[in-house]
Amino acid sequence: MTTNLQKLGLLAGVIIFALLPLGLKSYGVYLCTLFCVYLMATFGLNLTVGYAGQMSLGQAAFLGIGAYIAAIGMKAGLPFMVMMPLAAIACFAVGLALGFPALRVQHHYLAFATLGFNILVYLVMRNEEKVTGGTFGISGIPRPSLFGYSLEPSLPFFWFTLFFTLLVIGMLWWLLRSPWGRAFAALRDNPIRAESLGVNITAYTLLAFAIGAACAGVAGAFFAALVQFIEPAPFHFSWSLMMLLGVIVGGSGRFLGPVLGTVVIVLLPEWLRFMQNWYLAAFGFAVVVLMIWLPGGLLSIPEKFARKGAVK
Amino acid sequence: MGDLIQLLVSGTATGAIYALAALGFTLLWQASGTINFAQGEFVMLPAFGMLFCMGVGMPLWLAFLVTCAASMLILGLGFKRLIVDPLIKHGVIPLVIATLGLSIGLKQLVKAGYSAEAHPFPSPFPSGQWSIFGINVSYADLGTLVLAGLIVFGLQTFLNKTVTGRAMQACAQNTDAARVLGIDVKKMVLYVFLINAVLAVVAALLVTPTYLAKFDMGDAIGQKAFFAAIIGGFNQTRGALLGGVLIGVLENVVGFYLSPAYKEGVALVLFLLVILFRPEGLLGKTEERKV
Repeated sequence: MTTNLQKLGLLAGVIIFALLPLGLKSYGVYLCTLFCVYLMATFGLNLTVGYAGQMSLGQAAFLGIGAYIAAIGMKAGLPFMVMMPLAAIACFAVGLALGFPALRVQHHYLAFATLGFNILVYLVMRNEEKVTGGTFGISGIPRPSLFGYSLEPSLPFFWFTLFFTLLVIGMLWWLLRSPWGRAFAALRDNPIRAESLGVNITAYTLLAFAIGAACAGVAGAFFAALVQFIEPAPFHFSWSLMMLLGVIVGGSGRFLGPVLGTVVIVLLPEWLRFMQNWYLAAFGFAVVVLMIWLPGGLLSIPEKFARKGAVK
Repeated sequence: MGDLIQLLVSGTATGAIYALAALGFTLLWQASGTINFAQGEFVMLPAFGMLFCMGVGMPLWLAFLVTCAASMLILGLGFKRLIVDPLIKHGVIPLVIATLGLSIGLKQLVKAGYSAEAHPFPSPFPSGQWSIFGINVSYADLGTLVLAGLIVFGLQTFLNKTVTGRAMQACAQNTDAARVLGIDVKKMVLYVFLINAVLAVVAALLVTPTYLAKFDMGDAIGQKAFFAAIIGGFNQTRGALLGGVLIGVLENVVGFYLSPAYKEGVALVLFLLVILFRPEGLLGKTEERKV
C-alpha cells in the first residue's frame, strides 16, 4: 500500500521536524510541542470519526480531564510517568460510560451527547474551585524528569513529547492494521454488512470512541506539563469543534489527515494571530465550501485530480 | 409555594423560547433530513439584524418584519439552495459538518466584523409585573408565553387544517408517496425552510432582551434546541414543545433549589436519561432502520 519512497519521505519529515526546534526561539519550541500534544488528541479523534464513523464533539473535555488529573497528581508530588497512564485510563473509562448510552442510538446522538458532556465538564472545571481551582486554574505544575534527568528545559521536553506522540501514533497504526482495526473500517463503510459478518457494532464503536478518548487523556497530561498552568478555557467545547473540523478538513479516515488538520487549527491561527477572528470566520466558511467541493478533505486532492485524468 | 409557581411560570416562558428554536429544528429534520448545527446562529443573526434596523430609526415592530423578510431570504432560501441542496444527497454527516463550519463562520464574522460586546435589546413587552394571590409574574414572561403559545398554536393549525400544511406533513412522513400523490415536494420543503427562518426571528425577538445580543448567544440556544428536540422526540412536532418546556422549567427549579452553577447541565442529564430509557424521545415513535 505504502511505497518505500513514501516511507522514506515520512521518516525524513519526522527527522526534520525533530531537529527543527534547534533553530527556533523558545516560543517556537513551545508551539512545536503544543503541535505534538494536539496531534495525539486529533489522531485519537480520527479513530472515532474517520474509522468508526462517529461524530465526537467532546475531545477537548477528555483533553481537559487528562490535564486536570495529571496536574492535580503532579502537584501532590506523584511522578508524571504514573499520572499519564492514569489520565489515559480515566479518559478511557469515562469514554465507555458516556459512549454506552449514546451509541445505543445511531450517529448524531453521540455528537449531541459529547457536546453536552463537554459543557458539563467545563462547568465542573469552572465551579469546583476546591479541586480544580475554578477560573484561577492550577499553576506551578512541574515538568517531569526521566531517570533523574530533568526535562525542565523546553528542548528536552519537546523531544520527550515527540517520542510519546510517535508512540501513540505508532500504536494507532498497529491497531488499525490488526484484525480489530479492520473491523473499525468495515463498520464505518457498511455497518449492517459488518454486523452480518459477526462484528459487534456497538462494542467496536464504543471501543474506538474510548480509545480516542484515552489518546486525548495522554495529550492532556502532556498539555499540563507543557503549559505548567491550566484553566478551563482550552477545554471549552469550541475547541472540540475545532479538533473535529480539523480532522475532517485534513481528511478523516486518512491516517495522516490529522497532521494537516492540526496545522490548520493550531499552527496557522498562531501565525495569523493579528487577524485571528477573521481567520476563524474564513475557516468556518471554508469548511462549508470544502464539504461541498471536496468531502474527502485536503488529502484527497491528488486522488481527485488523478480520477479526473483517468476519465479523460 | 409562591416561589415554585413563579419558577414554573418563568421556566415555561424560557422553555417556550427553546421550543420555538427546537420546533424549527425538528421541522427541518422531518421534511428534509437536515440537522442544522447552526440553529443557534440562526437566532443570533436576526437579533443583530433587528438591532441594525432599529439603529437606522425603525420601530421594533417594523424592524421585526424587515428582519423576518431578510431571514426568509437568507437563512431560509439561501441556506437551502447554497448549502443543503448540494450536500443532502451525500447523507447526514457532511451536512452536519458543513453546518458546524457555518456556525463558526457566522459567529466569528459577527465578532470580527461587528462587535465582540453584548448589546442590550429592547423588550417587546412592558416592564413590571402582575401580582395575583401574592404571586408575581413579570409581563415579559407572560407576553413570551402568550406570543409563543399563539405561534405554536397557529403553526399546528396550519399543519393540520390547511391543504398546504397537510401536504407538508405528508412529505415529512413519506416523500415518495407524497410525490406520487402529486404533491410538489420541493416546494413543501422550501416552505419548511422559510418557516424555520421566521421561527428563528421570533425566538430572537423573545430571547434577546434577557440574553443580550452577542456573537456567541446562539451557543446556549442552539444546544437547548437540540436537546429539547431529542428529549421530546425527533420525529414529533409536539415533542419539541414538551422538550423545550421541560428543560426550561427544570433548569429554573435546579438553579433555584440546587445549584445555579449547574443549571446548564440539566438539559444534558435529561438527554442522557431519555436516550438510555426511551431513545425515540418522550413522544417519539420508533423509526425502522433502512438497509
